Amino acid sequence: MDLILEGVQKAFALIVSLDSEVMEVVLLTLQISGSATFISLFLGMSTGTVIALNDFRGKRFVVSIINTGMGLPPVVVGLFVAILLWRSGPLGFLGILYTPVAMVIAQAIIATPIIAGITLAAMQNLPDKLRLQILALGATRAQMVRLLMKEARLPLLAAVMAGFGGVVSEIGASIMVGGNIKGYTRVLTTATVGETGRGNFDTAIALGIILLVLAFIINYFLTSVQQRERN
Amino acid sequence: MKNMRGFMHAVCAVILVAALAAVPGCGKKTELILATTTSTQDSGLLDVLLPEFQKKTGIMVKTIAVGSGQAMAMGERGEADVLLVHSPDAEKKFMEGGFGSSYKLVMHNDFIMVGPADDPAKLKGEKSSIEAFKKLAASGAMFMSRGDKSGTHSKELKLWKDAKIDPEKQKWYQSTSLGMGDTLKVASEKKAYTLADRGTYLALKKNLGLEILVEGDEALKNIYHVISINAGKFPKVNKDGAEKFVDFIVSKEVQETIGKFGVDKYGSPLFFPDALKK
Repeated sequence: MDLILEGVQKAFALIVSLDSEVMEVVLLTLQISGSATFISLFLGMSTGTVIALNDFRGKRFVVSIINTGMGLPPVVVGLFVAILLWRSGPLGFLGILYTPVAMVIAQAIIATPIIAGITLAAMQNLPDKLRLQILALGATRAQMVRLLMKEARLPLLAAVMAGFGGVVSEIGASIMVGGNIKGYTRVLTTATVGETGRGNFDTAIALGIILLVLAFIINYFLTSVQQRERN
Repeated sequence: MKNMRGFMHAVCAVILVAALAAVPGCGKKTELILATTTSTQDSGLLDVLLPEFQKKTGIMVKTIAVGSGQAMAMGERGEADVLLVHSPDAEKKFMEGGFGSSYKLVMHNDFIMVGPADDPAKLKGEKSSIEAFKKLAASGAMFMSRGDKSGTHSKELKLWKDAKIDPEKQKWYQSTSLGMGDTLKVASEKKAYTLADRGTYLALKKNLGLEILVEGDEALKNIYHVISINAGKFPKVNKDGAEKFVDFIVSKEVQETIGKFGVDKYGSPLFFPDALKK
Protein backbone atom coordinates (compact mmCIF):
# COMPACT_ATOMS: atom_id res chain seq x y z
CA MET A 1 0.00 0.00 0.00
CA ASP A 2 2.81 2.40 0.90
CA LEU A 3 4.24 1.92 -2.55
CA ILE A 4 0.99 2.93 -4.26
CA LEU A 5 0.67 6.02 -2.06
CA GLU A 6 4.28 6.95 -2.78
CA GLY A 7 3.54 6.48 -6.49
CA VAL A 8 0.52 8.76 -6.35
CA GLN A 9 2.51 11.39 -4.47
CA LYS A 10 5.35 11.15 -6.95
CA ALA A 11 2.94 11.41 -9.90
CA PHE A 12 1.48 14.55 -8.37
CA ALA A 13 4.94 16.00 -7.75
CA LEU A 14 6.12 15.19 -11.29
CA ILE A 15 3.03 16.78 -12.87
CA VAL A 16 3.01 19.88 -10.69
CA SER A 17 6.73 20.54 -11.13
CA LEU A 18 6.41 19.97 -14.92
CA ASP A 19 9.41 17.65 -14.70
CA SER A 20 11.26 18.11 -18.01
CA GLU A 21 11.99 14.43 -18.55
CA VAL A 22 8.37 13.45 -17.94
CA MET A 23 7.05 16.27 -20.13
CA GLU A 24 9.33 15.09 -22.93
CA VAL A 25 7.90 11.56 -22.63
CA VAL A 26 4.31 12.86 -22.55
CA LEU A 27 4.89 15.05 -25.59
CA LEU A 28 6.46 12.20 -27.57
CA THR A 29 3.57 9.92 -26.60
CA LEU A 30 1.04 12.44 -27.89
CA GLN A 31 3.00 13.11 -31.09
CA ILE A 32 3.54 9.46 -31.96
CA SER A 33 0.15 8.06 -30.99
CA GLY A 34 -1.60 11.17 -32.33
CA SER A 35 0.03 10.87 -35.77
CA ALA A 36 -0.67 7.15 -35.86
CA THR A 37 -4.34 7.72 -35.02
CA PHE A 38 -4.56 10.48 -37.62
CA ILE A 39 -3.19 8.25 -40.38
CA SER A 40 -5.42 5.36 -39.28
CA LEU A 41 -8.38 7.68 -39.40
CA PHE A 42 -7.95 8.18 -43.15
CA LEU A 43 -7.11 4.59 -43.91
CA GLY A 44 -9.62 3.02 -41.51
CA MET A 45 -12.59 5.26 -42.25
CA SER A 46 -12.21 4.99 -46.01
CA THR A 47 -11.79 1.21 -45.92
CA GLY A 48 -14.72 0.80 -43.53
CA THR A 49 -16.98 3.04 -45.61
CA VAL A 50 -16.10 1.42 -48.93
CA ILE A 51 -16.79 -2.06 -47.56
CA ALA A 52 -20.01 -1.01 -45.80
CA LEU A 53 -21.52 0.65 -48.86
CA ASN A 54 -20.64 -1.95 -51.47
CA ASP A 55 -21.86 -5.46 -51.93
CA PHE A 56 -19.35 -7.83 -53.42
CA ARG A 57 -18.42 -11.48 -53.36
CA GLY A 58 -16.36 -12.47 -50.35
CA LYS A 59 -17.57 -9.48 -48.32
CA ARG A 60 -18.18 -11.68 -45.31
CA PHE A 61 -14.59 -12.90 -45.53
CA VAL A 62 -13.17 -9.36 -45.73
CA VAL A 63 -15.32 -8.22 -42.80
CA SER A 64 -14.11 -11.20 -40.77
CA ILE A 65 -10.51 -10.25 -41.50
CA ILE A 66 -11.13 -6.68 -40.35
CA ASN A 67 -12.88 -7.87 -37.21
CA THR A 68 -9.93 -10.15 -36.45
CA GLY A 69 -7.61 -7.22 -37.12
CA MET A 70 -9.39 -5.23 -34.40
CA GLY A 71 -7.74 -7.57 -31.95
CA LEU A 72 -4.37 -7.67 -33.70
CA PRO A 73 -1.72 -8.43 -31.05
CA PRO A 74 0.60 -5.37 -30.99
CA VAL A 75 3.65 -7.49 -30.31
CA VAL A 76 3.05 -9.48 -33.53
CA VAL A 77 2.73 -6.23 -35.49
CA GLY A 78 5.93 -5.04 -33.83
CA LEU A 79 7.77 -8.19 -34.80
CA PHE A 80 6.76 -8.00 -38.47
CA VAL A 81 7.39 -4.27 -38.78
CA ALA A 82 10.80 -4.73 -37.12
CA ILE A 83 11.77 -7.56 -39.49
CA LEU A 84 10.70 -5.48 -42.50
CA LEU A 85 12.68 -2.48 -41.27
CA TRP A 86 15.85 -4.32 -40.30
CA ARG A 87 18.95 -3.20 -42.20
CA SER A 88 18.92 -6.67 -43.77
CA GLY A 89 15.13 -6.54 -44.33
CA PRO A 90 13.25 -5.51 -47.48
CA LEU A 91 12.69 -1.94 -46.24
CA GLY A 92 16.07 -1.67 -44.54
CA PHE A 93 17.24 0.97 -47.02
CA LEU A 94 14.90 3.46 -45.33
CA GLY A 95 16.96 3.27 -42.14
CA ILE A 96 13.99 4.07 -39.92
CA LEU A 97 14.09 1.27 -37.35
CA TYR A 98 14.35 2.63 -33.79
CA THR A 99 12.86 5.98 -34.83
CA PRO A 100 9.52 7.61 -34.00
CA VAL A 101 8.51 7.08 -37.67
CA ALA A 102 8.75 3.31 -37.23
CA MET A 103 6.55 3.58 -34.13
CA VAL A 104 3.95 5.62 -36.01
CA ILE A 105 3.87 2.98 -38.77
CA ALA A 106 3.45 0.10 -36.31
CA GLN A 107 0.80 1.93 -34.29
CA ALA A 108 -1.08 2.93 -37.45
CA ILE A 109 -1.20 -0.74 -38.46
CA ILE A 110 -2.69 -1.55 -35.05
CA ALA A 111 -5.26 1.27 -35.09
CA THR A 112 -6.42 1.04 -38.72
CA PRO A 113 -8.46 -2.19 -38.37
CA ILE A 114 -10.00 -0.89 -35.12
CA ILE A 115 -11.19 2.28 -36.83
CA ALA A 116 -12.18 0.40 -40.00
CA GLY A 117 -14.20 -2.14 -38.00
CA ILE A 118 -16.13 0.45 -36.00
CA THR A 119 -16.72 2.58 -39.11
CA LEU A 120 -18.02 -0.48 -40.92
CA ALA A 121 -20.42 -1.32 -38.12
CA ALA A 122 -21.57 2.30 -37.82
CA MET A 123 -22.29 2.66 -41.53
CA GLN A 124 -24.08 -0.67 -41.71
CA ASN A 125 -26.26 0.33 -38.77
CA LEU A 126 -27.68 3.30 -40.66
CA PRO A 127 -31.15 2.51 -42.01
CA ASP A 128 -31.06 1.30 -45.62
CA LYS A 129 -33.89 3.60 -46.52
CA LEU A 130 -31.77 6.63 -45.66
CA ARG A 131 -29.38 5.73 -48.43
CA LEU A 132 -32.20 5.27 -50.95
CA GLN A 133 -33.76 8.52 -49.86
CA ILE A 134 -30.54 10.48 -50.30
CA LEU A 135 -30.02 9.00 -53.75
CA ALA A 136 -33.67 9.61 -54.65
CA LEU A 137 -33.18 13.29 -53.87
CA GLY A 138 -30.60 13.37 -56.61
CA ALA A 139 -27.38 13.31 -54.60
CA THR A 140 -24.17 12.14 -56.23
CA ARG A 141 -22.37 9.17 -54.72
CA ALA A 142 -19.78 11.41 -53.05
CA GLN A 143 -22.53 13.57 -51.56
CA MET A 144 -24.25 10.46 -50.28
CA VAL A 145 -21.08 9.22 -48.59
CA ARG A 146 -20.60 12.58 -46.95
CA LEU A 147 -24.17 12.64 -45.66
CA LEU A 148 -23.94 9.10 -44.36
CA MET A 149 -20.68 9.86 -42.55
CA LYS A 150 -22.31 12.91 -41.01
CA GLU A 151 -25.20 10.75 -39.92
CA ALA A 152 -22.80 8.21 -38.37
CA ARG A 153 -20.53 10.81 -36.73
CA LEU A 154 -21.22 9.72 -33.17
CA PRO A 155 -20.02 6.12 -33.59
CA LEU A 156 -17.16 7.47 -35.74
CA LEU A 157 -15.96 9.55 -32.80
CA ALA A 158 -16.06 6.36 -30.78
CA ALA A 159 -13.81 4.84 -33.46
CA VAL A 160 -11.27 7.64 -32.95
CA MET A 161 -11.30 7.08 -29.19
CA ALA A 162 -10.91 3.33 -29.56
CA GLY A 163 -8.06 3.76 -32.06
CA PHE A 164 -6.17 6.27 -29.95
CA GLY A 165 -6.83 4.30 -26.77
CA GLY A 166 -5.49 1.20 -28.47
CA VAL A 167 -2.19 2.69 -29.55
CA VAL A 168 -1.45 4.97 -26.60
CA SER A 169 -1.67 2.05 -24.18
CA GLU A 170 0.22 -0.36 -26.41
CA ILE A 171 3.73 -1.51 -25.49
CA GLY A 172 4.80 -4.57 -27.49
CA ALA A 173 5.18 -2.91 -30.87
CA SER A 174 6.51 0.39 -29.50
CA ILE A 175 9.39 -1.21 -27.64
CA MET A 176 10.28 -3.51 -30.55
CA VAL A 177 10.41 -0.92 -33.32
CA GLY A 178 11.19 2.11 -31.14
CA GLY A 179 13.66 0.62 -28.71
CA ASN A 180 12.75 2.85 -25.73
CA ILE A 181 15.49 5.41 -26.48
CA LYS A 182 15.51 8.29 -24.03
CA GLY A 183 14.15 11.54 -25.43
CA TYR A 184 13.61 9.99 -28.85
CA THR A 185 11.36 6.94 -28.78
CA ARG A 186 10.60 6.69 -25.08
CA VAL A 187 6.84 6.96 -24.56
CA LEU A 188 4.72 6.55 -21.42
CA THR A 189 4.25 2.79 -21.72
CA THR A 190 7.86 1.94 -22.55
CA ALA A 191 9.13 4.35 -19.87
CA THR A 192 6.91 2.59 -17.33
CA VAL A 193 8.46 -0.77 -18.20
CA GLY A 194 11.95 0.77 -18.11
CA GLU A 195 11.45 2.29 -14.67
CA THR A 196 10.05 -0.99 -13.36
CA GLY A 197 13.17 -2.76 -14.62
CA ARG A 198 15.29 -0.29 -12.67
CA GLY A 199 13.33 -0.85 -9.51
CA ASN A 200 11.96 2.71 -9.53
CA PHE A 201 8.46 1.51 -8.78
CA ASP A 202 7.23 4.88 -7.56
CA THR A 203 8.23 6.57 -10.83
CA ALA A 204 6.69 3.67 -12.76
CA ILE A 205 3.40 4.07 -10.90
CA ALA A 206 3.58 7.83 -11.47
CA LEU A 207 4.03 7.35 -15.23
CA GLY A 208 1.13 4.89 -15.24
CA ILE A 209 -1.09 7.43 -13.53
CA ILE A 210 -0.04 10.16 -15.97
CA LEU A 211 -0.95 7.83 -18.86
CA LEU A 212 -4.39 7.20 -17.37
CA VAL A 213 -5.00 10.90 -16.78
CA LEU A 214 -3.92 11.71 -20.34
CA ALA A 215 -6.22 9.06 -21.82
CA PHE A 216 -9.04 10.36 -19.62
CA ILE A 217 -8.60 13.99 -20.71
CA ILE A 218 -8.63 13.09 -24.40
CA ASN A 219 -11.60 10.77 -24.06
CA TYR A 220 -13.45 13.30 -21.96
CA PHE A 221 -12.95 15.91 -24.67
CA LEU A 222 -14.11 13.57 -27.44
CA THR A 223 -17.02 12.30 -25.37
CA SER A 224 -18.25 15.80 -24.64
CA VAL A 225 -18.14 16.59 -28.37
CA GLN A 226 -20.07 13.39 -29.00
CA GLN A 227 -22.69 13.98 -26.33
CA ARG A 228 -23.17 17.62 -27.23
CA GLU A 229 -23.92 16.53 -30.78
CA ARG A 230 -26.53 14.15 -29.50
CA ASN A 231 -28.48 16.71 -27.55
CA MET B 1 -16.77 14.64 -56.64
CA LYS B 2 -15.24 17.61 -54.86
CA ASN B 3 -15.19 15.79 -51.56
CA MET B 4 -13.56 12.72 -52.94
CA ARG B 5 -10.79 14.85 -54.40
CA GLY B 6 -10.26 16.62 -51.12
CA PHE B 7 -10.00 13.29 -49.45
CA MET B 8 -7.44 11.99 -51.95
CA HIS B 9 -5.39 15.18 -51.48
CA ALA B 10 -5.35 14.60 -47.77
CA VAL B 11 -4.27 10.98 -48.19
CA CYS B 12 -1.46 12.05 -50.53
CA ALA B 13 -0.38 14.71 -48.05
CA VAL B 14 -0.17 12.17 -45.24
CA ILE B 15 1.86 9.75 -47.33
CA LEU B 16 4.16 12.56 -48.42
CA VAL B 17 4.72 13.70 -44.85
CA ALA B 18 5.48 10.15 -43.78
CA ALA B 19 7.93 9.76 -46.66
CA LEU B 20 9.68 13.05 -45.91
CA ALA B 21 9.97 12.15 -42.27
CA ALA B 22 11.62 8.91 -43.32
CA VAL B 23 14.26 10.52 -45.55
CA PRO B 24 16.54 11.99 -42.87
CA GLY B 25 16.83 8.50 -41.43
CA CYS B 26 18.61 7.24 -44.54
CA GLY B 27 22.13 6.07 -43.83
CA LYS B 28 22.82 8.61 -41.14
CA LYS B 29 26.40 8.66 -39.94
CA THR B 30 25.55 10.57 -36.80
CA GLU B 31 23.69 7.66 -35.26
CA LEU B 32 24.99 4.56 -33.60
CA ILE B 33 23.03 1.50 -32.54
CA LEU B 34 24.39 0.03 -29.32
CA ALA B 35 23.00 -3.38 -28.45
CA THR B 36 23.74 -4.16 -24.85
CA THR B 37 22.71 -6.18 -21.84
CA THR B 38 19.97 -4.95 -19.54
CA SER B 39 22.38 -4.56 -16.61
CA THR B 40 24.31 -1.62 -18.12
CA GLN B 41 21.03 0.14 -18.86
CA ASP B 42 19.11 -0.72 -15.68
CA SER B 43 22.01 0.21 -13.42
CA GLY B 44 22.00 3.70 -14.95
CA LEU B 45 25.63 3.52 -16.12
CA LEU B 46 24.76 4.31 -19.73
CA ASP B 47 22.77 7.37 -18.68
CA VAL B 48 26.06 8.76 -17.36
CA LEU B 49 28.33 7.69 -20.23
CA LEU B 50 26.23 8.28 -23.35
CA PRO B 51 25.56 12.03 -22.98
CA GLU B 52 29.33 12.42 -22.52
CA PHE B 53 29.94 10.51 -25.79
CA GLN B 54 27.38 12.55 -27.68
CA LYS B 55 28.92 15.78 -26.42
CA LYS B 56 32.36 14.67 -27.56
CA THR B 57 31.55 13.20 -30.98
CA GLY B 58 28.11 14.54 -31.90
CA ILE B 59 26.96 10.96 -32.43
CA MET B 60 23.59 9.99 -31.01
CA VAL B 61 23.64 6.53 -29.49
CA LYS B 62 20.48 4.45 -29.77
CA THR B 63 20.63 1.95 -26.95
CA ILE B 64 18.76 -1.29 -27.43
CA ALA B 65 18.84 -3.05 -24.07
CA VAL B 66 18.34 -6.78 -24.48
CA GLY B 67 20.08 -9.89 -23.20
CA SER B 68 23.67 -10.53 -24.34
CA GLY B 69 22.41 -13.42 -26.50
CA GLN B 70 19.97 -11.23 -28.39
CA ALA B 71 22.52 -8.42 -28.63
CA MET B 72 24.94 -10.80 -30.35
CA ALA B 73 22.17 -12.13 -32.59
CA MET B 74 21.58 -8.54 -33.69
CA GLY B 75 25.31 -8.18 -34.31
CA GLU B 76 25.38 -11.34 -36.40
CA ARG B 77 22.82 -9.76 -38.73
CA GLY B 78 24.52 -6.38 -38.81
CA GLU B 79 21.51 -4.79 -37.08
CA ALA B 80 23.71 -3.11 -34.49
CA ASP B 81 26.97 -1.13 -34.80
CA VAL B 82 28.53 -1.86 -31.46
CA LEU B 83 27.90 -4.30 -28.61
CA LEU B 84 28.55 -4.09 -24.88
CA VAL B 85 28.06 -7.64 -23.61
CA HIS B 86 29.05 -10.06 -20.85
CA SER B 87 29.00 -13.59 -22.19
CA PRO B 88 32.68 -14.50 -22.86
CA ASP B 89 32.11 -17.98 -24.35
CA ALA B 90 29.48 -16.75 -26.79
CA GLU B 91 31.67 -13.71 -27.56
CA LYS B 92 34.52 -16.01 -28.52
CA LYS B 93 32.32 -17.81 -31.03
CA PHE B 94 31.05 -14.46 -32.27
CA MET B 95 34.60 -13.25 -32.96
CA GLU B 96 35.60 -16.55 -34.58
CA GLY B 97 32.60 -16.19 -36.89
CA GLY B 98 34.13 -12.94 -38.14
CA PHE B 99 31.18 -10.79 -37.05
CA GLY B 100 33.22 -8.45 -34.89
CA SER B 101 36.14 -6.19 -35.68
CA SER B 102 37.49 -4.56 -32.46
CA TYR B 103 37.11 -6.60 -29.27
CA LYS B 104 38.18 -5.04 -25.99
CA LEU B 105 37.87 -5.73 -22.28
CA VAL B 106 35.93 -2.96 -20.54
CA MET B 107 35.08 -3.82 -16.96
CA HIS B 108 33.86 -6.49 -14.59
CA ASN B 109 31.63 -6.96 -11.62
CA ASP B 110 30.38 -10.20 -10.18
CA PHE B 111 27.45 -12.54 -10.05
CA ILE B 112 25.90 -13.50 -6.75
CA MET B 113 23.56 -16.24 -5.68
CA VAL B 114 20.53 -14.87 -3.93
CA GLY B 115 17.64 -16.58 -2.22
CA PRO B 116 15.04 -16.30 0.54
CA ALA B 117 16.29 -15.28 3.99
CA ASP B 118 15.25 -18.60 5.61
CA ASP B 119 17.55 -20.34 3.10
CA PRO B 120 15.98 -23.84 2.92
CA ALA B 121 18.92 -25.21 0.89
CA LYS B 122 21.44 -23.93 3.49
CA LEU B 123 23.66 -22.15 0.98
CA LYS B 124 24.75 -19.31 3.24
CA GLY B 125 28.47 -19.32 3.82
CA GLU B 126 29.20 -21.69 0.92
CA LYS B 127 32.38 -20.48 -0.78
CA SER B 128 32.21 -22.47 -4.00
CA SER B 129 29.44 -21.66 -6.43
CA ILE B 130 29.58 -25.17 -7.90
CA GLU B 131 29.11 -26.76 -4.47
CA ALA B 132 26.23 -24.38 -3.87
CA PHE B 133 24.56 -25.49 -7.10
CA LYS B 134 24.98 -29.14 -6.07
CA LYS B 135 23.45 -28.46 -2.66
CA LEU B 136 20.60 -26.59 -4.29
CA ALA B 137 19.79 -29.48 -6.63
CA ALA B 138 19.95 -31.98 -3.76
CA SER B 139 17.61 -29.92 -1.60
CA GLY B 140 15.02 -29.51 -4.33
CA ALA B 141 14.50 -25.81 -3.45
CA MET B 142 13.09 -23.77 -6.31
CA PHE B 143 15.52 -22.06 -8.69
CA MET B 144 14.46 -19.30 -11.05
CA SER B 145 16.44 -19.20 -14.29
CA ARG B 146 16.55 -16.26 -16.71
CA GLY B 147 16.16 -18.72 -19.59
CA ASP B 148 16.76 -15.95 -22.16
CA LYS B 149 20.27 -16.70 -23.46
CA SER B 150 21.54 -13.61 -21.66
CA GLY B 151 25.04 -13.43 -20.22
CA THR B 152 23.66 -14.29 -16.80
CA HIS B 153 21.80 -17.27 -18.22
CA SER B 154 24.85 -18.66 -20.00
CA LYS B 155 26.90 -18.21 -16.82
CA GLU B 156 24.24 -20.14 -14.92
CA LEU B 157 24.20 -22.94 -17.50
CA LYS B 158 27.98 -23.18 -17.28
CA LEU B 159 27.81 -23.54 -13.51
CA TRP B 160 25.22 -26.34 -13.80
CA LYS B 161 27.43 -28.05 -16.33
CA ASP B 162 30.48 -27.76 -14.06
CA ALA B 163 28.39 -29.17 -11.21
CA LYS B 164 27.44 -32.04 -13.54
CA ILE B 165 23.73 -31.45 -13.08
CA ASP B 166 21.11 -31.25 -15.80
CA PRO B 167 18.46 -28.92 -14.35
CA GLU B 168 16.17 -28.89 -17.39
CA LYS B 169 12.79 -30.54 -16.78
CA GLN B 170 13.44 -30.74 -13.03
CA LYS B 171 10.40 -29.79 -10.99
CA TRP B 172 12.35 -27.26 -8.92
CA TYR B 173 13.81 -25.51 -12.00
CA GLN B 174 11.76 -22.73 -13.59
CA SER B 175 12.51 -20.31 -16.37
CA THR B 176 11.17 -16.75 -16.69
CA SER B 177 12.52 -15.61 -20.10
CA LEU B 178 12.57 -12.12 -18.57
CA GLY B 179 15.25 -9.55 -17.79
CA MET B 180 17.31 -9.57 -14.59
CA GLY B 181 15.10 -7.16 -12.66
CA ASP B 182 11.92 -9.05 -13.47
CA THR B 183 13.49 -12.42 -12.70
CA LEU B 184 14.61 -11.14 -9.29
CA LYS B 185 11.08 -9.99 -8.58
CA VAL B 186 9.63 -13.37 -9.58
CA ALA B 187 12.22 -15.18 -7.43
CA SER B 188 11.39 -12.91 -4.50
CA GLU B 189 7.65 -13.53 -4.81
CA LYS B 190 8.10 -17.28 -5.14
CA LYS B 191 10.81 -17.55 -2.47
CA ALA B 192 13.16 -19.06 -5.01
CA TYR B 193 16.92 -18.90 -5.53
CA THR B 194 18.48 -17.23 -8.56
CA LEU B 195 21.78 -16.08 -10.02
CA ALA B 196 22.01 -12.32 -10.48
CA ASP B 197 24.53 -9.65 -11.33
CA ARG B 198 25.36 -7.59 -8.28
CA GLY B 199 24.50 -4.26 -9.88
CA THR B 200 20.90 -5.11 -10.70
CA TYR B 201 20.43 -6.77 -7.31
CA LEU B 202 21.74 -3.70 -5.45
CA ALA B 203 19.53 -1.41 -7.51
CA LEU B 204 16.39 -3.42 -6.67
CA LYS B 205 17.31 -4.66 -3.20
CA LYS B 206 14.92 -2.47 -1.24
CA ASN B 207 11.89 -4.09 -2.87
CA LEU B 208 13.12 -7.67 -2.78
CA GLY B 209 12.89 -10.33 -0.10
CA LEU B 210 16.16 -11.88 -1.24
CA GLU B 211 19.56 -12.07 0.41
CA ILE B 212 23.05 -12.62 -0.93
CA LEU B 213 24.01 -16.19 -0.03
CA VAL B 214 27.05 -17.01 -2.16
CA GLU B 215 29.57 -14.45 -3.38
CA GLY B 216 33.26 -13.88 -4.03
CA ASP B 217 33.96 -17.09 -5.96
CA GLU B 218 36.33 -16.59 -8.92
CA ALA B 219 33.85 -18.57 -11.06
CA LEU B 220 31.27 -15.84 -10.44
CA LYS B 221 33.25 -13.09 -12.14
CA ASN B 222 31.17 -11.16 -14.68
CA ILE B 223 33.25 -9.70 -17.49
CA TYR B 224 32.09 -7.06 -19.98
CA HIS B 225 33.57 -6.59 -23.44
CA VAL B 226 32.90 -4.04 -26.14
CA ILE B 227 32.70 -5.28 -29.74
CA SER B 228 32.49 -3.20 -32.91
CA ILE B 229 30.67 -4.96 -35.72
CA ASN B 230 32.67 -5.96 -38.79
CA ALA B 231 31.81 -3.37 -41.45
CA GLY B 232 33.45 -5.56 -44.11
CA LYS B 233 30.64 -8.03 -43.63
CA PHE B 234 27.81 -5.51 -43.21
CA PRO B 235 28.30 -2.33 -45.28
CA LYS B 236 25.47 -0.50 -43.49
CA VAL B 237 27.33 -0.57 -40.18
CA ASN B 238 28.53 2.80 -38.91
CA LYS B 239 32.17 1.73 -38.71
CA ASP B 240 33.62 5.11 -37.84
CA GLY B 241 31.12 5.69 -35.03
CA ALA B 242 31.56 2.17 -33.66
CA GLU B 243 35.35 2.55 -33.46
CA LYS B 244 34.94 5.93 -31.79
CA PHE B 245 32.69 4.30 -29.20
CA VAL B 246 35.20 1.53 -28.52
CA ASP B 247 38.01 4.08 -28.06
CA PHE B 248 35.74 6.18 -25.87
CA ILE B 249 34.72 3.45 -23.46
CA VAL B 250 38.28 2.19 -22.89
CA SER B 251 39.72 5.70 -22.53
CA LYS B 252 41.31 6.68 -19.22
CA GLU B 253 38.69 9.29 -18.43
CA VAL B 254 35.69 7.02 -19.00
CA GLN B 255 37.31 4.13 -17.16
CA GLU B 256 37.68 6.43 -14.15
CA THR B 257 34.00 7.40 -14.41
CA ILE B 258 33.02 3.72 -14.49
CA GLY B 259 35.09 3.03 -11.36
CA LYS B 260 33.32 5.81 -9.47
CA PHE B 261 29.83 5.01 -10.69
CA GLY B 262 27.39 3.95 -7.97
CA VAL B 263 29.66 4.81 -5.03
CA ASP B 264 27.47 7.69 -3.89
CA LYS B 265 24.28 5.60 -4.04
CA TYR B 266 25.36 2.13 -2.92
CA GLY B 267 28.58 2.79 -1.02
CA SER B 268 30.61 0.71 -3.44
CA PRO B 269 31.15 0.77 -7.20
CA LEU B 270 28.85 -1.36 -9.39
CA PHE B 271 31.53 -2.00 -12.03
CA PHE B 272 35.32 -2.27 -11.86
CA PRO B 273 37.21 -0.81 -14.86
CA ASP B 274 39.61 -3.24 -16.54
CA ALA B 275 40.53 -1.72 -19.87
CA LEU B 276 43.74 -0.07 -18.69
CA LYS B 277 45.03 -3.06 -16.76
CA LYS B 278 47.69 -5.05 -18.48
